[in-house]
Amino acid sequence: MAGANALIINEKDNVAVVLEDIPKGGVVTVSGGISLRAREEIPCSHKVALVDLPRGAEVIKYGEVIGRAAEDIACGSWVHTHNLVLEE
Amino acid sequence: MDMERETFPGYRRPDGKVGIRNHVAILPSVACANGVVSAIASRVEGAVAMPHGHGCGRGGEDLGLHYRTLTNLGRHPNIYGLLLVGLGCEALRAPYLAEEVARSGKRVEFLEIQEAGGSRKAAELGASLVREMLREAESIRREEAPLSEVVLGLECGGSDAFSGITANPSVGLLVDWLVERGGTAVLTETTEMIGTAHILERHAAGPEIGLEVKSRVEAAERRAREILGPFASVAIAPGNMDGGMSSIREKSLGCIMKGGRSAIQEVVDYACPPTRRGLVIMDGPGYDVESMAGLAAAGCQAIIFTTGRGNPIGFPAVPVIKVASNSRLYEAMEEDMDLNAGTVLEGKSLSDVALELRELLLRVLEGEPTKAEINRQDGILCLYTTTPSL
Repeated sequence: MAGANALIINEKDNVAVVLEDIPKGGVVTVSGGISLRAREEIPCSHKVALVDLPRGAEVIKYGEVIGRAAEDIACGSWVHTHNLVLEE
Repeated sequence: MDMERETFPGYRRPDGKVGIRNHVAILPSVACANGVVSAIASRVEGAVAMPHGHGCGRGGEDLGLHYRTLTNLGRHPNIYGLLLVGLGCEALRAPYLAEEVARSGKRVEFLEIQEAGGSRKAAELGASLVREMLREAESIRREEAPLSEVVLGLECGGSDAFSGITANPSVGLLVDWLVERGGTAVLTETTEMIGTAHILERHAAGPEIGLEVKSRVEAAERRAREILGPFASVAIAPGNMDGGMSSIREKSLGCIMKGGRSAIQEVVDYACPPTRRGLVIMDGPGYDVESMAGLAAAGCQAIIFTTGRGNPIGFPAVPVIKVASNSRLYEAMEEDMDLNAGTVLEGKSLSDVALELRELLLRVLEGEPTKAEINRQDGILCLYTTTPSL
């Protein structure tokens, strides 16, 4: 996976962890050959959406639901506390 | 090294347990005896001091908890012989602790400072008892034991955003390998499982165990809310959020990766040895040093400790293996880190790192000292408590 700058932990995941700071418009290359363009700046070790996640969609990391999209999240967007909610 | 081997050379103890070290330890029954314990340790090369802050001044619940923790620590298979040092007027008296530990068939001695005629005389008497036990220990030889005798403690501390994607999953793969060979791994720090009760329940070997896991994790969540009050919602530390953790569940998922994919066979209380093999959960605190005391009392011969920020702490008589989650930490604190799992971020596969970890574990089982052992990062025993002191 030389050249990859993002990691998918589980094959079910719809977000990947970026391994370096990604600038807006920067290319995110995930192990397995997936490549996409960052819609915004994404800090190192944060998550990037690998697919479009409509509001209410399950956000999956480690193969498990870590929360739901609080708004429509487009592929290539930064996913964090501003757009992810964990139902109590 | 033969990676397909099924045995390791260990010290078979009278109770059938197998140790990977052959220590003589000095354990105070009460904090008032710590000075004498350190005086004895400074007089005798090779003895392991296990000072702590308890043994008196507490209500029944904590006294029971500490009695269990100290006696189970005393029984630890890495310890050949134990000297208990008491004061004479404390709640947890040395003779009673000694009697309980001796039930395991282990070599146990005790003394009490008031009876011995003061601290200097007690230290002299203690030193001669320890020297005698060290001489006896030299005659014990390692013998091959099956890997199913291994009980491995799992710990993470000073975690970072990479702990959950490099170090912890590598440890999880190691645990899968050990469990396949009939060994045992103990996953603990219930507070670091908050938000994953329903996931752990699914991974239990049966519905009763699943319900037990779920209720323990939910209880930890309620306790965290009581203790933290309005701060409970930020129980994910700001550092975690800066690191990209968006929910408490996401953080906890990273922690429980250490347990691998095997089914949970049992839930035990803090400082209690598992009665089943395979993956076991010990209900215990998230505070690393208290957690390690519980894992040691549970009989874990070694503890694997993943860290992202860099924590050098070890444990007396129990080798602690430090796994760094990133290369920056590994390079900065190489003298404290046993393995760099940060190579996953540079392209190495998790299974390759897990293989390195397996080789390392096998060498540590055989006697290779960990960095924490070399650096004598023993510290003091921090025992879990449930109530304030009197």
